[in-house]
Order: sequence, then C-alpha cells, then structure tokens
Amino acid sequence: MTQSNRLNGGLINRGKPLNFNFDGRTYQGYEGDTLASALMANGVRFLGRSFKYHRPRGIFTAGSEEPNALVELRSGARQEPNTRATVAELYEGLVACSQNYKGSLRYDLLALNDLFSDILSAGFYYKTFMWPAAFWEKVYEPIIRSAAGLGRLSGEDDPDEYEKGFLHCDLLVIGGGPAGLMAALTAGRAGANVILADEDCRFGGRLNVEQEDVDGKPAVEWVEQAVAELTAMDNVRLMPRSTAMGAFDHGIYGVVERVQDHLHTPVEGKPRQTLWRVYSKRAILCAGATERPIVFPDNDRPGVMLAGSMRAYANRWAATPARMVAVFTNNDDGHRTAVDLMAKGVDVTAIVDARLDAPTLTGVRLISGAHVIGTKGRHGLSSIRVRQADGREETLACGALGVSGGWNPNVHLTCHQGGRPVWNESIAAFVPGQNIPVGMSVAGAAKGLFSTEDALRSGAEEALAALEILGIAASALKLPRAVNSAYNLQPLYHVPHGKGRAWLDLQNDVTVKDVKLAHQENYRSVEHLKRYTTLGMGTDQGKTANVNALAIMAELTGKSIPETGTTIFRPPYTPVTLGTIGGRTVGKHFHPTRETPTDKWAREHNAPFDIAGDWMRARWFPQPGETHWRQSADREACNVRKNVGICDVTTLGKIDVQGADAASFLNRVYANGFAKLAVGKVRYGIMLREDGACYDDGTAARLAEEHFVITTTTANAGAVLRNMEFARQCLWPDMDVQLISTTEAWAQYAIAGPKSRELLQRIVDSEFDISNEAFPFMACGSVTLCGGLRARLFRISFSGELAYELAVPTRYGDALWRRMLELGRGLGVAPYGLEALDIMRIEKGHPTGRELDGRATALMLGMGRMVSRKKDSIGSTLDQREGLTDPNGLRLVGLKPVNQSEVITAGSQLVNETAPVQIDSEQGHVTSACISPHLGHSIGMAYLKGGDQRMGEIIRVVDPVRGTDVKVQVISTHFFDPEGGRLRA
Amino acid sequence: MIINHPLLGPRDRQEFTYLGDACLIDRPGWQAEDAMDQFFEYVYLRDDPAGEHRELWYHEHGDRSWLVVTRNTVTHEITNVELASDVARKQGRSK
Repeated sequence: MTQSNRLNGGLINRGKPLNFNFDGRTYQGYEGDTLASALMANGVRFLGRSFKYHRPRGIFTAGSEEPNALVELRSGARQEPNTRATVAELYEGLVACSQNYKGSLRYDLLALNDLFSDILSAGFYYKTFMWPAAFWEKVYEPIIRSAAGLGRLSGEDDPDEYEKGFLHCDLLVIGGGPAGLMAALTAGRAGANVILADEDCRFGGRLNVEQEDVDGKPAVEWVEQAVAELTAMDNVRLMPRSTAMGAFDHGIYGVVERVQDHLHTPVEGKPRQTLWRVYSKRAILCAGATERPIVFPDNDRPGVMLAGSMRAYANRWAATPARMVAVFTNNDDGHRTAVDLMAKGVDVTAIVDARLDAPTLTGVRLISGAHVIGTKGRHGLSSIRVRQADGREETLACGALGVSGGWNPNVHLTCHQGGRPVWNESIAAFVPGQNIPVGMSVAGAAKGLFSTEDALRSGAEEALAALEILGIAASALKLPRAVNSAYNLQPLYHVPHGKGRAWLDLQNDVTVKDVKLAHQENYRSVEHLKRYTTLGMGTDQGKTANVNALAIMAELTGKSIPETGTTIFRPPYTPVTLGTIGGRTVGKHFHPTRETPTDKWAREHNAPFDIAGDWMRARWFPQPGETHWRQSADREACNVRKNVGICDVTTLGKIDVQGADAASFLNRVYANGFAKLAVGKVRYGIMLREDGACYDDGTAARLAEEHFVITTTTANAGAVLRNMEFARQCLWPDMDVQLISTTEAWAQYAIAGPKSRELLQRIVDSEFDISNEAFPFMACGSVTLCGGLRARLFRISFSGELAYELAVPTRYGDALWRRMLELGRGLGVAPYGLEALDIMRIEKGHPTGRELDGRATALMLGMGRMVSRKKDSIGSTLDQREGLTDPNGLRLVGLKPVNQSEVITAGSQLVNETAPVQIDSEQGHVTSACISPHLGHSIGMAYLKGGDQRMGEIIRVVDPVRGTDVKVQVISTHFFDPEGGRLRA
Repeated sequence: MIINHPLLGPRDRQEFTYLGDACLIDRPGWQAEDAMDQFFEYVYLRDDPAGEHRELWYHEHGDRSWLVVTRNTVTHEITNVELASDVARKQGRSK
C-alpha cells in the first residue's frame, strides 16, 4: 500500500525504507519516522479505543504528551503495552497492535459502553456495584478487572538487562531545543562539565518541526552545527533518547536513557535502558512547552489533533493526517499550521479563529470570531460544524482539524519538590513559581518565553548566571538571529455552544460534563476535581487537559484561575518501566547471596537450602534411600544425641569487643550481668530494646581482660551492631571500647554429642587440655588445631548435648570441615542441618526468632530474673512497666498432646479445654513445634496467658484455617534432659 | 539526598540508615525518681517539626559512624552535619 499521505521534504531518510506491521497488516515507512508518523503517512487514522467509552481514537500529538495513540509494541516476551506511537522510533520489522477492544478494533463489542455514558460518568463506581453485596466478589470485581487497563502484558519474563549509572556534572541542561543548545554551548565553551539530555532521538526541539531560519540558515542546519560543536567538546556529554524524569533532593536528577528501544533486537550484553543518577551542581530546565487544545463537543474523533503537532508531522515527518484539513485557534501560532501545510500541497479549507480581530492570511479562508461546535465521522473526522459570532452555522468537510488553544510551559520538574507554578496572565499559562528545586533555573518556553529568539537568549543568559554561581569564567556568545513570532492569544478554554460531550482528558475519558458533575457534588478544589474525575491521572499526567479543566472549574465557581490554582506533578515526567527501576537487582539478585564455608560441601551432598539473613543454610543432608525430610532430620538429630554431629553456625553474628571498658560496656547493652565474667568463660545474654522487649539473644565470651567476642542471631547481626555502635558513640562516648563485626572472618562449627570431646581431641593440638576439669561447661579459649592452625574453642550448647563451637579463620573452613568428617568416622560423625538443629533446640526449650517476635519480654520468656535491677542497661527501666508485668500476661510454656499420635502445629491458637473456637477465647499461640524423635511425639512451645501458673492444665491447640483441634497438656519447656546433665558430662 | 560527612565528604543517602530525632542522645538516668516517666517520654514522645530537625543517621555502608544531621523536613536542606559522639560529649555525656 503506498503512503498516500506522504509529503515532500522532512527529516526522514527516503534511502532507508522500513517495513512494519500494525494490527496484522504490513506498511512501509522510512528511517526517521515514528510509528505514528508512518501510520499517518499510510492513511491510518484509527489507532485505538478510549479507556472508558471505547470511542475510536487517533493520533493527537507528535510527542511524549500523547494521550490517545497507545499501542502494544512488539510481541512475545518484549511486548510492552501502552506505548505511545508518537515516540516509538520506527525500525525494520516493527510489530504493534492497537489496544482496548473486545472483538476487533473496528467492531469493538465494548463500544456499547459509550451508550451508557450517562451512567458511567465521573465517580460512578462510588455510587454503584454495592448491591447485592454478594455480587461484588463473583460478578462485579471480575468484570471490572477484565475491563480495566488498556494494554496487556505478555506474562513472560523480561529478556533484557537494565543498568544503573552515576554521573557528575557542573551543569545539567534538561532539553536540547534552542534554549538548551544555547545553554550547553555557553557552558561548554567556558569549560564547564556539561550534560545535555533530551528525550528525543535528535537535538533541536521545536527547531526540528518549524519552518524558520536561525542565523540566516534553516533551523535544522543551525542545530546540526551546534550539535557538532558540542560533540567535539570533551567536557560535554550529549545524551539523546534520555528523559530527565525527576528532580530529586540536592541537585540529584533521575535520567532514563533508552539505550536500545529503537532497535529491533537489543544487542546482548548491553542494557536495554539505563537509569542514571546525575549529581549536578546546577541545572537548567529547558523543557519547552506543550500545546493545549480548545475544548468543544465531539472533539475526540480521529483526525482532531493539536495544531502544532499537525505541522510537526508535515515539516519533520513529511506526513499529513488528511489531504483536506482545517485549523481552529485562538492565537497567531495556530496560523503557522495552515501556512506550513499549504506550502506542502495540503488543502486548508479554513482557519476558524475565535478572535474577532484575527489577522487574515493570503490563500486561505479565515472565519474570525468563530468556534467549532461539533464534528462528524465515527472512525475518522469527515466534517466540522462552525458557528460564527452572529449565530450563523455551517458544515465544512475536512479529514483533520488542528486545534490550538495556547501553549503551556513544561513546568513539571519545577514542581517535583512541592513547588507550585504561578499563573501568568499575559500568556494565559502557568509558569514556574518561586519555590523551585535548589540549584535549578528555567529557560525558554519552559518559563513562558515562546519565540525562538527569546528561547536562544534565555538559554544563554541562564547558563551565564549558572556559571557565575559555579565560579567559572565565561563570556557571552553572539546570539544567532532568529524569529520572534507573535502570539496574541485570547484565552478560550471551551466553547459555550454545540451539543454533545466535550472531552478534556482523552486518556481517562473525562469530559466537561464530568467537571460540572464534580462541581455539583462539591468536589470543587482542583485536588478533589482531579481525584473525583480522574482527570490528569493517566500516564500522560493530563498534560493536554489540566489547564482547560481548571479553567472550566474556575468559571463554574466564579473564581479566577490564580484563585483556583493547579494540581502539581510528581516524578516520573513520563512513564518509567519497572525493569529500569530494578536495574540489576532482579530475580535472585534482589538480595545478595551469602555462602557459608561449607556451602561447596553441602552442594556436593545435595543438601536443600533455606535463606536466613541472605545466608544459604543447609536444611539437612540426605542419605541414599531417604525420601522424606524427616527421615534425614530425625536421623541427624538422633546421631547428635547418640554419637557426634557437626553443624555450620558461621552465619550467627559475631562482634569483637575490645577496650578497657569492654566489660562495663557489655554490662550496659545486655540485660544480665557481664562485668564480672571471668576470663576464659562464656555467658548467655539477652538484649532488650529500650522499650523493654527482648530482641536478641546470644553469648559473650571473655577471651582476655579487655577482649570479648559476642554472638547474635543470624538475622539480627546488623541490627545488634548498629545498636551497640549507637550506645558506644551517642550514649557513652567516653567509654574505651571498640567494636567490629567478625561474622565473615571466622568459620564456626558446632560439634555436639556424647563423643564430641573425643572428636575434638583428634583435632586440637595435644598441649591444650580440653578435659571436663580443664575445660568445663561454658569455658572458652584460644587453641591450635592440626599442628598449629589458630582457632577458638567455646564450650556452649544449643542442642543440650555435650557440645562445643570451634572457630577458625574462614579460609580454612572448608578444609577443617572435611578433616573433621574424616577424623571422626570411627565415632559416627555426621553433619546436621537446620531442621535437626531446630528439633533439638525445641526439645530443650531454647528460644529463637520465633519466640523473640518483637513483642516478647524477658518475663514472657521465663527469663525475668535475668534483667538485672542492680545496674543500668538498655531497656531495663521500661521492662518494669505495669503493662508488661501483668501476672496474667503471656508466658512461654511447653505443650504435649494428650493423644500422643496427634500433632501440634506452629502458629495455632490456644483456647481453654471447653472454650468455643472464637476470638475472645484466645489464650495465646504456638510459636514452635516439632515431632520429637527422642520423645516419640509432637511437642510445642507456646505463649499462654498466665502460663507459668497453669502447669499440668489441659487446654486445646486450634487452627481454624486448617481445621485442627488438639487437646494438649501444659508442661515445662525443658522437654529433654531437664536437669541438663548431658551438658556437663 | 547527599549528606556531607564531616570526615569523608559528601556521600549519597543510600549509604546511611535513619534512626530519628537526635533527642535520643539524651537518655534519662536510670536512678531518677521519675525514671519510668522520663524513659516513657524518651522512647515514645517526639516533636515531629515541619522545619529544622536534628536527627540521627548511621553510616552503615561506610565508616559506621553515627552523625547528627540538621535537616529541614520540608525543604530537605541540610545545614549541618556533626559526629554524634562530638554532639554527645558537648551535651555532657561521658561514660
């Protein structure tokens, strides 16, 4: 199919024709086309259906402010919904589909919605879908879900990679139109470090779409020369295809660079997009302006577009939306569209100018003091209805209408930190206010200076001002000669005549009628207007709708526009994909992976892993023939209690504490006493938060008078160090104590079981006496192993057996593990993992993070007396609050089922023996549970109200979600070896 | 956001963890008559100003120093950064 709407000229490369596919049909375009311009050149006007009413829609703009022409770009895993066809660069083999219809684009079944527009007006969902209540989940919600949204996701993983980068500069210039180019040239020539970013694939801004001269040559040529000069400067970084999407604190800007979006297949190894964090000392916003339309009935048909965009298609992309067009304007700028299109051989049937004193133009009919009050043509404009000042009406045939209601400076980034723009009466538009981000200034059309001459001068001036602040010497550039075209705007936001709905927000289908409804229902502030009607809440942030809407609200409330005010903007300026925000931290890279010294060995032995505090911890080590996890875990636990087992406990936090005041310091951060701990001894300790809750437990070993090593739980290692540093630096800054994390410096293994000493005797060098007398329970010390390897030995036990923990520098961890397994063969040594570890600690009633849930106090844990009243320590005062010392408060107890074949499940609720299963029967909950291979039945640890006084009582463990209800007896948590004899063997 | 560390120069906010109001340095004495009330205020009550705020930041991904940052909670402007241990000593905290 030939490109029937192609014109001559333009910035497209006719030497590179490109084939592309839209809605299953193939078309041809050229290098330099966007998907929108190529479709337009091929006469395709109808691109999609609107969000709510499913009305046919076409191309409205030529830029990133596009509300209508949203397509599904690409297919397969790279399919992206809601992509603006106006910014999608055409490439060979591009595939795209229209969105938001059921059936076909042409015959959309959901177009029926348009007939129900009266019911579907603003806020309808606050007034419907309420009855009958049962219909919500089964009927209304599924229907709404399937109707919601525009495009669809592929459901497949994103195959591309995304990067994050950091850039520093003296000056960030946002926007590469006339103002931005002049600013970059001025600063670049002065030697400043400059970054010039523009969202477009080429610099130039409006100079690429207007027929005007700069410095005596076509604007495009001037742009080329400026870019060539900037490219040659080492101190200037040019970033095309890069949107500065957010202005963040302290001169930091987020810039999204679309590295490979314009290629059919992104090159592997390069990112698809990069999110740059730009640290600027100064920034100049040269973001230009966006045109707004005049609002009139049936103004949303394909073919109705912004006048400035219509001529952009003609001038830059050599495409016209129709062979017969009209213009509707309230300012001189709209006339340029008629001039430019006629110059390219397109018929302009008339300029409908709302101003009574509109200037005439040779070669085209001007109807002054007139409004467009209606349109015809369902799948594309066929005619407009025009009303003159004296009431006469006529119908004019045309395939496209360029509408110009004025230009809005792109103030968005000036609002990102809460600043509000101010109304400028002389151009009837909002311009940046006083309160804009620190370090930012604004130039050109973005501050309301619309002519090219003004933009060039403004860009240079702002650059000079910025350079002066930076202390960089600079001289003013000779300003190029440029047009200073007139504007002469007479504000007209919507026409008072005509029948039918008039659209404000094309993307969210919000009409003038909706604004009137909002006003009627008293949602009159602009913030309420926005949320009630959803105007401005689409992916285009209402760029072509906001000002007209608030002008209409101002009219309805009888206030001026400055009195009405405006909503402001948040980042991002245009949509940013989640892949770009995620960068490299996706999938398993969302968290770092920390591997223990025995990781390699564990993988060799097919151990399954759990993740705790980012560490990979082996759950059990399966033997051949074992098919169920309990076979492995029970075997491992039984082997520990019978022979000897080894377990990698490297992940538990280790903090080295040294200094003359080390003991006194530990005395302040632990609830129990450490000041008098003897050298060569270890003690269990609990740490409280200042509000009295117990948040961590561990051990502290005194290796020397001024040297301790403490342990923490795996997950809390970072938090404990942070809190200890806080105490050291902020609370007791003169204490002579230093801290450092040694978690990753030492490999640490538990060696547990009746034969653990025998195993150690095969490793620890003979000059060290580790007999029970010389190295009793809770002893610690430095030793050497295997002929001189330095190590630390701690006689502590989590399993309740005779046990030790042995630490060596991490790099020897793997070798030591393998050596222990080798040397311990005759003793029945076997490794044990997390599951066996958990079984044994539950059998001994030791708390872990499941009991230390953030609400537990020492009293609840049965450790109330460990909180010393004889000294100050973190949390010891509020620990005594009456609310926390209630004798009927929760207390940690043990549970065993009355019927030994029944199972207690962790997380279950506790109720009294005959109580009904309901919320006010709640007596507590089960924190940990297991089936003990040593006792032969299920056991549980639980918090029970007043539990310490209810020993022997029968209660029930209930799980209403899983439907279980088990009778249990309340007993001590010391299920196994309650006297602790095995520990001291 | 950038925090100008007194020893290390300007660092990105991502290197730090925020705790809260610097009033946390003024931990009450445990033996005061009304220690319970004082600790209650210390742990639970805050001014939460819209404006200048002195607050504690921990350089977790750096040198592990605690800093007292004077920051405007409305504009995010930071006007002062000090080592918390210096501030603590100036406020009379010792051992």
